[in-house]
Amino acid sequence: METTDIGLWGVPLALLGGAIRVSTPFIFVSLGEAITERSGRINLGLEGTLVFGAMSAYAVAVITGSPWLGLVAAALAGLCFGLFHGWICKFPKVNDIAIGIALMLFGSGLAFFFGKPFIQPSAPDLPAIPFGAWSNIPQVQAALNVNVLFLIGAALAVFLWWAFRNTRVGLIVRVVGDSADAARAMGLNPNTVRLLATGVGGALAGIGGAYLSLYYPGSWTERISSGQGLMAVALVIFARWNPLGCFAAALLFGGAGALGPALQSVGVTQGYYLFYAAPYILTLIIMIATSSPSRTLAGAPGELSITK
Amino acid sequence: MADTVSGPDVRTILDAGGYRAALEWTARRAEAFVIPLAALVVGMVLFSLFILAVGKSPVQLYETMWRGGFGSWFSIQNSLSRGAPLLLAALCVALPARLGLVVIGGEGAIVLGGVAAAAIGVALNGAPSFLVILLMGVGALAAGGIWIGVVGALRHYRAVNETISSLLMAYIAIALMNHLVEGPLRDPASLNKPSTQPLADIYRVGNIPGMEVHWGLVVGILACVLSWLLMEKTRWGFAARIAGGNVRAAQVQGLAVGPLIAGFTALAGGFAGLAGMLEVAAVQGSANGSLAAGYGYTGILVAFLARHNPLAIIPVAILLGGIDASGGLIQRRMDLPDATVLVLQGMLFIVILFSETFYGRFKLFNPDLWQRGT
Repeated sequence: METTDIGLWGVPLALLGGAIRVSTPFIFVSLGEAITERSGRINLGLEGTLVFGAMSAYAVAVITGSPWLGLVAAALAGLCFGLFHGWICKFPKVNDIAIGIALMLFGSGLAFFFGKPFIQPSAPDLPAIPFGAWSNIPQVQAALNVNVLFLIGAALAVFLWWAFRNTRVGLIVRVVGDSADAARAMGLNPNTVRLLATGVGGALAGIGGAYLSLYYPGSWTERISSGQGLMAVALVIFARWNPLGCFAAALLFGGAGALGPALQSVGVTQGYYLFYAAPYILTLIIMIATSSPSRTLAGAPGELSITK
Repeated sequence: MADTVSGPDVRTILDAGGYRAALEWTARRAEAFVIPLAALVVGMVLFSLFILAVGKSPVQLYETMWRGGFGSWFSIQNSLSRGAPLLLAALCVALPARLGLVVIGGEGAIVLGGVAAAAIGVALNGAPSFLVILLMGVGALAAGGIWIGVVGALRHYRAVNETISSLLMAYIAIALMNHLVEGPLRDPASLNKPSTQPLADIYRVGNIPGMEVHWGLVVGILACVLSWLLMEKTRWGFAARIAGGNVRAAQVQGLAVGPLIAGFTALAGGFAGLAGMLEVAAVQGSANGSLAAGYGYTGILVAFLARHNPLAIIPVAILLGGIDASGGLIQRRMDLPDATVLVLQGMLFIVILFSETFYGRFKLFNPDLWQRGT
């Protein structure tokens, strides 16, 4: 058997491959949330958007036979959820965090409602590019089989990082996020900017969901998301609202999420379920380490309710 | 009005004043009832439209829901049984909310409370039943209390966002439960559904005499009443409400905000832990994956619907228990997915949160704005 040749090297290799596979939804959700939070709102409902995106992508892919149409459907569904959040939060005394929780439950409920008939059939997968074709070791090939969405996500992170600094739109989003009064003085309508920012954030989260159901794990079940949408919110804080930081943090989380399966692949079965908790524990430790009661976080948008 | 009247008939003026005072008193309080009820109605109308859109009859749906939830003594008892854990789960959200904290990870405290109770019940097999049940309750209170108390302490001392941390803690708790139930605490006889060893019958919590509803309902209602007394009638509750309004002001007043937050969140988590203990001791008979049945998440909805008022939680929890209970009947009679109930809950949740914007907007509820002299 060739598979046993590399021995313990299989662990870091499986971790690398796992990190790339598991991190992709994190990348999209956290980039979406970064845009939303930069505009001064927080959308906890992305967890629900992720689940609904996964369902709609899968359903459309099953019906049309095209995973790309599924992806578009998920992005559109996410856009609707995001726009709804952005619209309803403009009313006074409506709490963006609480609405997010409600949308989390509503999005999941709606996804389960419409997703029932799609649990059985199988949908076509999104394509992956075999970067490991040069190697004849199957583990290397498996680890370097990279989905196109991962590459798009990486490019998007760089683009957003650049766009926040160098474009007019990026500046507008940042101004609205830092001070609604300053934005109004500039003649901007904070509610409109936030509406659009939350809408775009939702669309990206929908794409993250499409990745879940159309590539990895690659099927639609009611347990498809295990809090990725929420961890992404924590991840954005850890990344200091910087898109490049979001990308790096997503890889880190992906690696933590791949720890359990990687260890299992080399025969470690003790405490299997505890390894599944690794990403949550990591998130919590990072949040504890990076928060401080005496100062506001560096880079935090001034209007964000979560850091006030 | 009063200062312009100088007639001799004092008695009529007093009467008019009394009538007006009563009217003002009613108007000020009516807002807290009218707006949530109106929101509930609007939510149900929106849900009717949704049901129409998927080609079913909303009338039949609500009729089925009523029959499944409250139509007979059997279904009422079923609803009460399902409402019992919701009472405690909702307190886990409502108590921290009065301090300005949004804790949504009650599910974790429920799960760990259940595991702790099961472990104690199995370990003390043979001891007197009242002692074991008491210790199971204490253990569950402690497990849930520590779990959510940590969230509160982290919030105050490290400024870690409690909404996210509580949910992360819930996922960790569920992983911990899976680990314990599949590993160290597993009953080798439980093959298909890994569980802890079943509790001996004498350690099970029974039903209220004359009803098919377990004592958890009484525990839950007591917890709500006690929480209300704590919040409204004690100095700790008063201090908590001040801290919830403005942390800085509370600190300037010399209130120990840190212990206050840690204490209230621990109590809240303890209640949720108790819900887990009751699930184990009154319903399941052992700790297993069924503990993570979503009561913690429905509890969030209950607390927000009740606007974090512990007394209002009682009817709301029973109402939602009824909606939950009718899910099966809706599925069978109307050929709708079981998630129908989740959709309704989500819609109600959104509408209720939206209704917050209407408080203080209506002149009708604010006597200060009523036209003078007319």
